[in-house]
Amino acid sequence: MRPRQVALHAALSLGGLAMLFPFVWMLLTSFKGVRQMLNNPLDWLPHPWRWENYPDALGAMPFGTAYWNSFYIAVLNVTLTLLTSAMAAYAFARIRFRGSGALFVVFLATQMVPAQVTVVPLYLMLARFGWIDSHLSLIVPTIANPFAVFLLRQFIRAVPVELEEAARIDGASRWRCFWHVVLPNIRPGLGALGIIAFLASWNAFFFPLIFLNSPELATVPLLLSQFSGQRTAVDYGLILAASAIAVVPTLIAFLVGQRKIINSMAASGLGGR
Amino acid sequence: MTVLTRARPRTVHRARSVRNRDGWWAAFFLAPQVAALLVFLAFPLGFAVVLAFMRWDGLGQKEWVGFDNFAAQLSDPEFGLAVWNTVKLALLTVPFGLGLALLIAVALNNVKGGGFYRVLYFLPVVTSSVAVALMWQIILAGDDYGVLNASLERWFGISAPDWLGGPGWVIVAVAVVTIWSSLGLNVVIFLAGLQTIPPQIVEAARMDGAGSLRIFRSVTLPLLSPTIFFSTVVAVISSFQAFDQIYVLVDPADNEGARTIVYQVYELGFKDFRFGMSSAAALILLVLTLLVTLVQFAAQKRLVHYDS
Repeated sequence: MRPRQVALHAALSLGGLAMLFPFVWMLLTSFKGVRQMLNNPLDWLPHPWRWENYPDALGAMPFGTAYWNSFYIAVLNVTLTLLTSAMAAYAFARIRFRGSGALFVVFLATQMVPAQVTVVPLYLMLARFGWIDSHLSLIVPTIANPFAVFLLRQFIRAVPVELEEAARIDGASRWRCFWHVVLPNIRPGLGALGIIAFLASWNAFFFPLIFLNSPELATVPLLLSQFSGQRTAVDYGLILAASAIAVVPTLIAFLVGQRKIINSMAASGLGGR
Repeated sequence: MTVLTRARPRTVHRARSVRNRDGWWAAFFLAPQVAALLVFLAFPLGFAVVLAFMRWDGLGQKEWVGFDNFAAQLSDPEFGLAVWNTVKLALLTVPFGLGLALLIAVALNNVKGGGFYRVLYFLPVVTSSVAVALMWQIILAGDDYGVLNASLERWFGISAPDWLGGPGWVIVAVAVVTIWSSLGLNVVIFLAGLQTIPPQIVEAARMDGAGSLRIFRSVTLPLLSPTIFFSTVVAVISSFQAFDQIYVLVDPADNEGARTIVYQVYELGFKDFRFGMSSAAALILLVLTLLVTLVQFAAQKRLVHYDS
């Protein structure tokens, strides 16, 4: 290897270590006891290894319920987002109707509005619906997703029109074309968007914090955030065990679909935020 | 001839009916998204504007107060502090975060087999912001039991400040965590931009005797400027909206150094139940965002290079 390559690899590895460090440190510390933490934080390896931190963390809070809540909310979010945004994307990409261009611009413009601006009225409205302290508040409003419509429209435009025209000449309706011709051809786009939507739903914090009160309704990040109030208790091992438990599903989802996720987030430039 | 003239009206009629039917199909396909946007975005936005001019605690009578909420916020030193902290956070995260991401992206673009690094740098992007903040909270903890301060003390003899404990360094700590967790996203966006630069241009510059730095300044930067511009706009907007990491790292209720506009919106709305005041603060945030974006677009005309 040329010296330049060696230098670049060295610099990138160093940076990579800095990225990895908090994760490794979290994992190691999650096996430490309180006394070891307080005596010397520079003691890297736990001694003794306190495996009990994990069952203790699981026992301290209703993690099982929170996992199920986060999981089923994310699955519903993904399903609803994929279906409704693919439908809208199909209309924008394939159907000529009056005002199509203007409506699309309005769609894109709504993305500029920060969630904080609409959160108070949204809360009041959901309270009127009786959806506060109910998972409906985290599922139904998230259907509105202009980013997803934009992303899928790009994918649909790349599907050859001829495929659909052939089906239409054979008498297929718009819906059949959408369902049987277009959707199977944008599977990669649906997959990428599905993972982005899953991560966004799983990691969401702001809305669950405001819309949910009951402990049994809490999602994983919400439950986890309750550990942060215990700063003075300094049972860091327990807190970090809880974090490790919470992080695992997203890390698995990421490692499985990393190429898709990275590429589609790079292409969209916005991620799921 | 007669056949043709007779055929024409029929095709016109048919085309119109197809278009009509298409209109109904378009409405059908768009209905769920449009309905959700109207109900959960457009209506709350309009409602927010109306609320900002009212005094209301959610239970009693709504009272129209004109610009009072805005005036109260803008003259409140606490809100001034929130604006200042918000701006400070943007000034720290945007230049340093994007600069670092650019360096890493250029390095990755010049290295063989960089896929592994890409995954590594991206890891924090997909990690729950709450978990990220908890990890960092313990790394940055003061009183010598945070690993960072203990290391600084032992290896360099530096007694570091309590990063999260007082108002002084909090924004810097929040900025470090924010940069760390969004670095990967900016890296891959820059990398995607770099890969669209035709290698022939770089080769031609090299043939003309340009060194690496010169190529970076005169070829890479101008060709990447649309991507950089786009990322800057997005980074400023998202730094203005930062909430999760701040709320978990340091509850701004205990540490005013971490009070940002978004936190102010949250506290006014959901701790004090002053809905009008909270909406006014949120609208000020929106106006600030739009202003900064406009300034950026104005600057773009001079700094960003587009292919013509």
